[in-house]
Amino acid sequence: MRRNQVAVVGAAETTELGVIPDMSQLQLHADAALNAIADAGLKLSDIDGFATAVETPQQVCHYLGIKPTWVDGTSVGGCSFMLHVRHAAAAIEAGLCKTVLITHAESGKSMIGKQPRFTAPDSLNGQFESPYGVYGPPSMFPIPVLRFMKTYGITHEQLAAVAVVQREWAAKNPRAMMKEPITVADVLNSRMIAYPFRLLQCCLVTDGGGALILTSADRAGDFPRKPIYIMGTGESVETPMVSQMETFNSSRAFKVAGSLAFKEAGIAHEDVDHLMIYDAFAHLPLFGLGDLGFMPYEETGSFIADGNTRPGGKLPLNTNGGGLSYMHSGMYGMYALQESVRQMRGTAPAQVPNAKISVCHGVGGMFAASGTIVFTNER
Amino acid sequence: MAEPQRARPKPTPETQHFWDGTKVGELRLQRCDACAHVYFPPRPFCPSCASRKVSVFKASGKGFLYSYVINHRPAAPGFTPPYAIAVVELAEGPRMMSNIIDCPQTPEALELDMKLEVAFQTLDDAITLPVFRPAKG
Repeated sequence: MRRNQVAVVGAAETTELGVIPDMSQLQLHADAALNAIADAGLKLSDIDGFATAVETPQQVCHYLGIKPTWVDGTSVGGCSFMLHVRHAAAAIEAGLCKTVLITHAESGKSMIGKQPRFTAPDSLNGQFESPYGVYGPPSMFPIPVLRFMKTYGITHEQLAAVAVVQREWAAKNPRAMMKEPITVADVLNSRMIAYPFRLLQCCLVTDGGGALILTSADRAGDFPRKPIYIMGTGESVETPMVSQMETFNSSRAFKVAGSLAFKEAGIAHEDVDHLMIYDAFAHLPLFGLGDLGFMPYEETGSFIADGNTRPGGKLPLNTNGGGLSYMHSGMYGMYALQESVRQMRGTAPAQVPNAKISVCHGVGGMFAASGTIVFTNER
Repeated sequence: MAEPQRARPKPTPETQHFWDGTKVGELRLQRCDACAHVYFPPRPFCPSCASRKVSVFKASGKGFLYSYVINHRPAAPGFTPPYAIAVVELAEGPRMMSNIIDCPQTPEALELDMKLEVAFQTLDDAITLPVFRPAKG
C-alpha cells in the first residue's frame, strides 16, 4: 500500500462514555456511527464500505440502513479496528468502495445486548488452558509479565509507574473515567487481582464506542475536518493460547505489525511525536516500547518511571489516559485510534504541541493479534 | 445444589491420544519424523515443517516454571483463590499451561525457573489433567 493515499475524514466516540445502561450494544454502534457521520458532514447513504468486530457487519449495516459494496468483519479482539483501518485503506485504493465507516461499541459494563463470551470445551483453549482456572483477561493477559520482568530486570515499582503516568494524562481529559492523581505506592497497595497485577494496573470496564470514516486522500480536502492521512499500517496474529507464545519476553505479533507500519510509513523512531500503545494491562506499554523498537526492553521500565512518557516528556504515550484511566469497554483499540486522530487534528484535551506523526499500536485476544497504524496530518 | 465443577476438556480425534496418556500416567508429546520438532498442543502434522509424519512419545514429565499469575479474583468454577495459573516449559521444549501443586501459592514459594515434575489429577472417568509439582532432588 502507498502511504498517505487514504485519510480519516470523520471520527467520533459515543455521546457518553462510562456507564450507559439505557443503550444496547447495537445502539452504541449506531450512536458512534451517527456522530462520526455528522463529524464528516456526510449522510448515511454516502457510506459504501463498512467494517466492525464482534457484532457482524450485516447486523450493524441493517440497523443503520447502510447498503455497502465492501464489508469486513475481521474480529481478532481489541485491535480489530486497526486491522479494519488497514483493510479499508487497501479497499479504497483498490477502488472497491469510496467511503468506509468503521464502528466499535461494547456494553462492557452494563452488558445490554452483549453476547456472553464462551470457550468451547473441545477447543484448544478449552482443553489446554481453561481447566487450569483461567477466568477472563486478568488471569490470562498478565501471565507473561513475571518472565518479562525477570529477563529484563523490570521492577514492580516501574510497572506501577505505568499506571501513575497515565493517570497524569487522564487528569487533563474531561472524558476520562479516573482523574484523581495516584502514586506508585497507591498502585502497589491497591487490591490484588492476579499477582503481580493489582487493581490500578488493570483496565477499566465501561460502556461506549467509537467510529471512523475513511476516504481517498484525493477527496479528503472536500470535508469539513482536517484530513488525517494513513501513513503506514501493519498487522499480524500469533496465538489465542497465551501459554503458546513463542516467548514471554516479546510479542511476535507486535514486532511484525509494528515493523510493517514503520517501514511503510518510511519513518524512524525519532520522527514519532505521539504514541498510543493499547494498555489493557500495565505491562503492554513495556512490551510495546520494546517490540516497536523504540529502545531495548531493559530500558522500557526506567523510561516510563523516569517520566519520559508523561505530559511534557519526550515521548507522549497514551495521552487520553489509556485503558487504565480513560475508558475500556473490553475492546480498546477504537479509543486509541480516536486519540491519535484527535492529536493529529490538534483537538485533543491534552494536546501535544506541533505533533505531526502519531503511531497507534493495538493488541487483541490477549497477545493473539496486533495492528499498528501510523497517522500524519501532513500529506 | 451441586458445586460448580472446573472446566472439563472435551477431547477431539486429534487430541484423544494425549488424554488417553494422562489416564495411564503418561504425558504424551508429538515429534515430527521429518524435522524432529517437538510440539504441543497435539495435532496430526508438524507446525514447523508441515509434515504429516509425526510420532507420539512419552515425555519425561520434567520441566521448569516459566511464568505464572496468582489469581485472587472470584475464581473459575472449581477453584478457591488464591491459586496460581502457571506456564511450564518442558524439558523437551514445548510449554504448557498448568497448576502447581504441593507448593504454597505465593510469590515467595513460586520461584521462576524452579524445577518441576508432572503429576496427574483425575477429574472423572474420562479426564485426568496433567499438573506439576516441585521436582524432588
